[in-house]
Amino acid sequence: MIMLDEQAIEDIAIGAALLGSGGGGDPYVGKLMALASIRECGPVPLIRAEEVPDEALVVPSAMMGAPLVLIEKLPNGQEFERAFRALGKYMGQEVYATMPLEAGGINSMVPIAVAARLGLPLIDSDGMGRAFPELQMVTFHLHGISAAPMAMADEKGNHVLMDAISNHWAENIARSVTVTMGAGAMIGLYAMTGAQLKQAGIHGIMSFSRKIGEIIRESRKTETSPTRKIAEFTGGYLLFQGKITDVARGMEGGFNRGVVRLEGIGNGKGSSLEVEFQNENLLARIDGEIAASTPDLICLLDLETAEPFTTESLRYGRRAELLVLPCHEMWRTEQGLKVVGPRYFGYDCDYVPIEELAKRRGR
Amino acid sequence: MRYRIGIDVGGTNTDAVIVDESLQVIATAKTPTTPDVMEGIRKAIRLVCHQSRISPEQITTAMLGTTHCTNAIVERSGRLLKTGVIRIGKPAAMSIPPLTDWAQDLADTINGGVYTVTGGHEYDGREIFPLNEDELRAALNELRGKVQALAIVSVFSPVNPAHEKRAAQIAAELMPGIRVTMSHELASIGLLERENAAILNAALYGVAESIARGFQEALLQAGVKRADMYLCQNDGTLMSLDYALRYPILTIACGPTNSIRGASYLSGSENAIVLDIGGTTSDIGVVRQGFPRESSAAVNIGGVRTGFRMPDIVSIGLGGGTIIRTEGGQIRIGPDSVGYRLREKALVFGGDTLTATDIAVRLGLADIGDPAKVEHVDLACARRAHEIMMDMIQEGIDRMKLSKDPLPLIVVGGGSVLIRDQEDGLEGVSEVVRPPHFPVVNAVGAAVAQASGQVDEIYSLQIMDRDQAVEQAKSLAIKRAVLAGADPASTGIVEVDVIPLAYLGNAIRVRVKATGSLA
Repeated sequence: MIMLDEQAIEDIAIGAALLGSGGGGDPYVGKLMALASIRECGPVPLIRAEEVPDEALVVPSAMMGAPLVLIEKLPNGQEFERAFRALGKYMGQEVYATMPLEAGGINSMVPIAVAARLGLPLIDSDGMGRAFPELQMVTFHLHGISAAPMAMADEKGNHVLMDAISNHWAENIARSVTVTMGAGAMIGLYAMTGAQLKQAGIHGIMSFSRKIGEIIRESRKTETSPTRKIAEFTGGYLLFQGKITDVARGMEGGFNRGVVRLEGIGNGKGSSLEVEFQNENLLARIDGEIAASTPDLICLLDLETAEPFTTESLRYGRRAELLVLPCHEMWRTEQGLKVVGPRYFGYDCDYVPIEELAKRRGR
Repeated sequence: MRYRIGIDVGGTNTDAVIVDESLQVIATAKTPTTPDVMEGIRKAIRLVCHQSRISPEQITTAMLGTTHCTNAIVERSGRLLKTGVIRIGKPAAMSIPPLTDWAQDLADTINGGVYTVTGGHEYDGREIFPLNEDELRAALNELRGKVQALAIVSVFSPVNPAHEKRAAQIAAELMPGIRVTMSHELASIGLLERENAAILNAALYGVAESIARGFQEALLQAGVKRADMYLCQNDGTLMSLDYALRYPILTIACGPTNSIRGASYLSGSENAIVLDIGGTTSDIGVVRQGFPRESSAAVNIGGVRTGFRMPDIVSIGLGGGTIIRTEGGQIRIGPDSVGYRLREKALVFGGDTLTATDIAVRLGLADIGDPAKVEHVDLACARRAHEIMMDMIQEGIDRMKLSKDPLPLIVVGGGSVLIRDQEDGLEGVSEVVRPPHFPVVNAVGAAVAQASGQVDEIYSLQIMDRDQAVEQAKSLAIKRAVLAGADPASTGIVEVDVIPLAYLGNAIRVRVKATGSLA
């Protein structure tokens, strides 16, 4: 067990922005929530999954809603107390610990605030190893764990305890409840036992993003771009350097969907990169050929500072480097790809792991 | 004939120019920036008026770009007002109290008391809760006598400002004469950034008054008696003095913008790359339709995050004073520079260090110092060094340029002798333009600036369609430009950005900017 202090939170926030692969929202607001919570309630103990008793009740926590709403109507901070109490009562067992649902973006920070305020330990695991836009896109789902019963709460004091026949239904109902609550809600879901978590979680992910954040922070002192170091540490692939020449956005099914185009600079001169996103970056093509696809992590980093871009911060003229990280093995199974593979998102192509694509490009 | 005077206060120099009705530069002056900024301004105005030989009475418009406000914040100046913060939105937003991410010393300087009040709105304009006026009155009563200014911030006020307006009204009743900033007038969605901007703005009222007074006095002393006065904003447009007294925070960081706009104006290129070669580094920016392309990074002012934007600029480690080394047949350019000591260190000035300027003189590109002092430098070596420098600039241009179409390259700054007019073969450059008066390019940017109005709002598509929303935003932006001093007949829309909002399929965020010549 280690204690998460202010520095750890700063580092995790940067690492989590990267693992968000364009989605998950800017962790800034989440970071301030986490910092304010530990200033008030003290540092949070981070424990490994194997330290959790098999029969203990574990509940991941997250914010759900439109990123633009989350940066304006900030949470109250007490929402989870009500939500967790309601869920614990329904389950007939007190919540032992919380954890992130996703390692990317703002939701990597929310559970730290929750753990601090509720005096719970935080588990060093998540259910994505990155960020994804829908509730059923977690490894817990692949293991047959149910998102419901699910607790949702808003800042006004309303809370909803919802049961659903499937995780897809849970997602749909949760969305309309979220909109009614003002397009932002605090959620506790995928309640599970310690034993289930050990099998279904992606472990060590908070420590992983913390280390990425550390690398980026250290590089600020020396003013050297840390992208190579990050690639080495994460086993990722640096595929392209370019400047953004076009960002096209639209709405489809409530998602911020679009495509960003980059023209190569430096050693990528003469090439072009196209990244399609739907909240997260999902498909990258270099000169028309698929260079990476979901569920591998497609990350656009600022060329000078390696600060990750979210799809909402992409702007004409910015200079970026493409880093692709291999996703967790659980996503590469037939069942995993059905949930988060390119075809689920409407792209007419099969998933090929980044290791394989990189090998082909190398030839 | 009527004339305009433009003044820019930079970190090192205070510049002034006078332009005539057709915006031709007729006089320029440069003087060191003084610790008491007004002193430098007075001197620059005196110098430029004297040089122009026109009667000061003929100057009818005066514009000032100044670092007063930035300095006051960065220095935690005692002139910052004690400010009370009223945040309306409880029970929302309690998880991050106001001033959470501020440097402690700046918060201590400004903070006169922070209160949260029940109220605020949802994204679609519905109330979260009605404004609790009892709580508000209690907070104001406690603040009375303790603060000189108020910042009032309400959740989703850019969508529905009703609670901020009502709170300002009650504040005026309970605290007569109190100066109030309402956040929705300054910035858009993003509670913390908008709140920070509102607090800084309120704290700057005193500084704004001293700028206004000082500027007026400086002009009067120089015999300029009847000029309309404007301050430059960070987006390259102007605010009337009245407006600036209400929104002083908008003067932050106008320098880099004035520089790019001045270069664009002087060279007659609305779309171009601007290369400013200084002593140690070169800055490369892009001007599109006369305005700098903005960076996506949020601006930090004295350690406080705000939503304001800055021009997108890349800096490369090459300037007139950059040190050139030859080691074992290898040529290394910088990254260190002799900087401001060029006139003692460079070979052409009798120094002992080979600099980029010496290379330019050796190749006959510049006539600076004593050319005989660089004759011993190997010509092939000088050519190679120059090639490497051009590669560095080419790389910088490539990083900034977005399309393959060639653009003019506007070269300004003391180190601009490094660039030849034609034969350097810079790709993507249609021509090299060296505008006249480049040493005072910032002041020119101030003198030729226009008035503007901006809108950044969320529109619900339940009550109107997308086109209607955009039209509404456009006419509001034009109205605001006219309010800021634009001639209604000259206004035009320079920027429209429509962003659909995730989750809220029925809402869009519309950003519009209108500009116009001064009436």
